[in-house]
Amino acid sequence: MTLISVRDLAIGYGQTPVASGISFDVEEGDFLCIVGENGSGKTTLMKTMLGLMEPLSGGITFPGGMKGSEIGYLGQQTQIQKDFPASVYEIVISGRLNKCAGRPFYGKEDKDAAARSMELTGITDLRNRCYRNLSGGQQQRVLLSRALCASSKLLLLDEPVSGLDPDATAEMYRIVKELNDSGVAVVMITHDVDASLKIARTVLCMGDVVRLMTVAEYLQQTGGQGK
Amino acid sequence: MIDKLVMYLAYPFVRYALIVGVLVSLCSSLLGVTLVLRRYSFIGDGLSHVAFGTMAIATVLRLSNNMILVLPVTILGAILILKAGSRTRMQGDAILAVISVSALALGYLIMNVFAVSANISGDVCATLFGSTSILTLGQSEVWMCMGLSVVVIAVFIFMYNRLFSVTFDSDFAKATGQKPERYNMLIAILIAIVITLGMNLVGSLLITALVIFPALASMRLFGSFKAVTVSSVILSVVCAFAGMVLSIMIGTPVGSTIVAADLVMFLICCCIGGLRRGGR
Repeated sequence: MTLISVRDLAIGYGQTPVASGISFDVEEGDFLCIVGENGSGKTTLMKTMLGLMEPLSGGITFPGGMKGSEIGYLGQQTQIQKDFPASVYEIVISGRLNKCAGRPFYGKEDKDAAARSMELTGITDLRNRCYRNLSGGQQQRVLLSRALCASSKLLLLDEPVSGLDPDATAEMYRIVKELNDSGVAVVMITHDVDASLKIARTVLCMGDVVRLMTVAEYLQQTGGQGK
Repeated sequence: MIDKLVMYLAYPFVRYALIVGVLVSLCSSLLGVTLVLRRYSFIGDGLSHVAFGTMAIATVLRLSNNMILVLPVTILGAILILKAGSRTRMQGDAILAVISVSALALGYLIMNVFAVSANISGDVCATLFGSTSILTLGQSEVWMCMGLSVVVIAVFIFMYNRLFSVTFDSDFAKATGQKPERYNMLIAILIAIVITLGMNLVGSLLITALVIFPALASMRLFGSFKAVTVSSVILSVVCAFAGMVLSIMIGTPVGSTIVAADLVMFLICCCIGGLRRGGR
């Protein structure tokens, strides 16, 4: 089943496109890596897919009947979040709000879902800890857990390992791979090409020409190097 | 001491003042957490100046219940400031400054030119620092204040989870189908209501203190959003009550006594927070 279909999309701020001619599909259980230089429009593409920005032209559809609000998103950390007084559980369960239309409070189902996704990301024991006191790796796992809480079908991750030490990075990749193996489709922006291509299946290479290829094709083209 | 307090409590105007004081401090502290966390503290300050300007017009027009004019104009000001601020941060700041100083200057100007009483500086002082107007509240104003407070508290409770999500990460909230703009508007309207109510209690210059001190203090002590919210409500109400009782007993200005109590509480919380962190 095709979860999200991008056709001849042009993205950017105002009138000038940052990138154009972008076409790809994300199937159920896919793992797509988005790579490219800084400023090539990786984050802009992701924000457009999420409906945070309007496309300049072209379209994004959900052929499988998934709603746009059913995507789990892990964005780059904002200044506000760094010293935010919130417990891990409060943050994770806030991912369930897209299932709470018209309901002001969380129900049992929401609480179960939050517990499940904390389990899957290995942060159950951090449940009542304060977010701002966690390490960078733990914080990213909390945000991943929230994204998972919002969607069990498709996760959009914007540089989930940026700023993490090698151990935390490896742990993050392990969790993302596990989730993908269990059937969650993943779209991930990354600078860490070598490591992420070990777990990805397809690569979207952003630049003057936007190309979609398999990992093997990408490696052949770049001569086996990451870049 | 106690006898004196009991004697004062026998007067209805003292009871009214205490009720209004507790309600205003409760509402302001509820909203304070979100405002401080989103770096919106300045909105409260700008709005209070708008409220001052409008209050001056209401005084000149000799309106019996000035809330009728001040409330809608302040809400309008809130919407304006928010719309301007959402474009670019720099420009938003400048527009806020323009609105707030203009309102302050025009308010004072109007009060002077169309003086309705001989004691202009007294009137201005009362509007800026609250002074005694809280003790002259009529029954209708108390009812109105109670009604508005119930609205603020109810909206806050029903929107609590969504406000949290939008405050923590408005991109994520939007991506999962929330409408952050709508909540921003809601917060702005609620804060406009709170500021209008607080004008009577601490005056327009000091109302920001009621909004930010309890939230800042609680953030030193607690690490979850719920705990911070509950604690700022408690701290705020305790400070407002203590400040009012103190001012009645020793005859100090109500507004500044409450704010002084808030400041002391904030400093104490800073110390406790610092000690805890140091002890770890």
